[in-house]
Amino acid sequence: MAYSDKVIDHYENPRNVGSFEKEEEGVGTGVVGAPECGDVMKLQLKITPKGVVEDARFKTFGCGSAIASSSYITELVKGKSVDEVRGISNTEIVEELSLPPVKIHCSVLAEDAIKAAISDWEAKNGGDKDAS
Amino acid sequence: MTVAHRIYLDNHSTTRVDPRVLEAMMPYFTEQYGNAASRNHEFGWEAERAVEKARSQAAALINAKPKEIIWTSGATESDNLAIKGVIEFYKEKGNHIITVQTEHKAVLDTCKALERSGTATFTLIKPKPDGLVDLDDLRAAITDKTVLISVMHANNEIGVIQPVAEIGAIAREHGIIFHSDGAQSVGKIPVDVEAMNIDLLSISAHKIYGPKGVGALYVRSRKPRVRLQAQMDGGGHERGMRSGTLAVPMIAGLGEACEIAGAEMAVEAARVQALRERLRHKLFEELDELYINGDLEQRLPGNLNISFAFVEGESLMMGLREIAVSSGSACTSASLEPSYVLKALGVGDDLAHTSIRFGIGRFNTEEEIDVVAEKVIKEVRRLREMSPLYEMAKEGIDLKSVDWG
Repeated sequence: MAYSDKVIDHYENPRNVGSFEKEEEGVGTGVVGAPECGDVMKLQLKITPKGVVEDARFKTFGCGSAIASSSYITELVKGKSVDEVRGISNTEIVEELSLPPVKIHCSVLAEDAIKAAISDWEAKNGGDKDAS
Repeated sequence: MTVAHRIYLDNHSTTRVDPRVLEAMMPYFTEQYGNAASRNHEFGWEAERAVEKARSQAAALINAKPKEIIWTSGATESDNLAIKGVIEFYKEKGNHIITVQTEHKAVLDTCKALERSGTATFTLIKPKPDGLVDLDDLRAAITDKTVLISVMHANNEIGVIQPVAEIGAIAREHGIIFHSDGAQSVGKIPVDVEAMNIDLLSISAHKIYGPKGVGALYVRSRKPRVRLQAQMDGGGHERGMRSGTLAVPMIAGLGEACEIAGAEMAVEAARVQALRERLRHKLFEELDELYINGDLEQRLPGNLNISFAFVEGESLMMGLREIAVSSGSACTSASLEPSYVLKALGVGDDLAHTSIRFGIGRFNTEEEIDVVAEKVIKEVRRLREMSPLYEMAKEGIDLKSVDWG
């Protein structure tokens, strides 16, 4: 399978690889996928008290498209409000990275990772969904 | 990146045609283009001589008689002809096949097709965790309806070498025909159809530095004489077992490939195995959490199949772009299922997704192995730094205990 230039770029130069301390204030962590399925993504969002994503980190076990999808979303979410980030759909990722049909599940996983990270942040912040 | 910098370590998939093989083929494309079945002119005779020379060369490699070699389009066709041919010919005697979970799809899917059509039933033996067949399991699977045992000689993914001589002895003792898929073994390790009691043996040219599109089936002619129902009807070529005008240049190539393999086997196997061991030692010295899939002793000289825990196979291959290897990861296949061969060994899906098959062959050099080892080590380290699983494992979390939802 041939990879798109953007997938190769994210794979070779992944953005925002790493971890925040899980307990750090404002950090929401989402871990989605399973080793048996060949994909695990960990996405962490650092969110200001006003509900703006100021930083993001990821670590991914998965194919090149999964790595690229998670790398791309760490760029995509920065500076956006929690509500905007919550609205990100996997099709944006598919289009940006020109993912072929067999790799669409990578983009779905990335979308799931965003939602899981926000849920974690909300749970830690007492469900403060009004912050925006 | 130029072509010269590519490194080919996927020799179980296919091999480069040896220049000596190509040279042996060329005259039959250009000047001597006759049909081997033309019995009345020089063009036909010289083509026939080429085909018969190749038959002797192929037979010599496996200790068979020339007339026991039937030309086919490749090992897949040979597997189909052997299995369907036996089942159809011996239907009065029985309809049961015994084979193994780790066989090539050409065997497994042929058995499934026969079952679907109601022609045969089959029992799949689960191999031991080292990939080898337990002979007691084989004996236990035999019924009074069993007419065929099909067990490959060497596995295409993990390279393990099955105890075919012992299996052949069991088959012979029970009067059951024994077919072995020799696509990966013939020309790489000694094969002796007499000593191993093999009745039918599938051979492929392109796995032994010959051309793609040609293969052979060894069919035992006596003690016992094995009969087959032809799967291709037509002019009655190949003693009626496989009609179709013979691909003379390809057959000449297969013959030459067999002759070279036989003459150079001992030296080549030692050299290739030394390269394999060089690669293995370098990887194990520098990386932790590596797992060899399949028995290391009963193994093809050029095969190394390793799971690089916490690093998904396709992503590793992507990092090794100028190096051709293959992976048991689902992401490299259309099925989204990881390797059924590794699954049969009891390798978990998590580790199956991290497996890489290195297939070392005749044209690989020590310099190439060193480059591959260096790149693999570098990429595995990089990807593990990016892997949440490696991070969790290093924190002491048991990944098996995690609820992945």
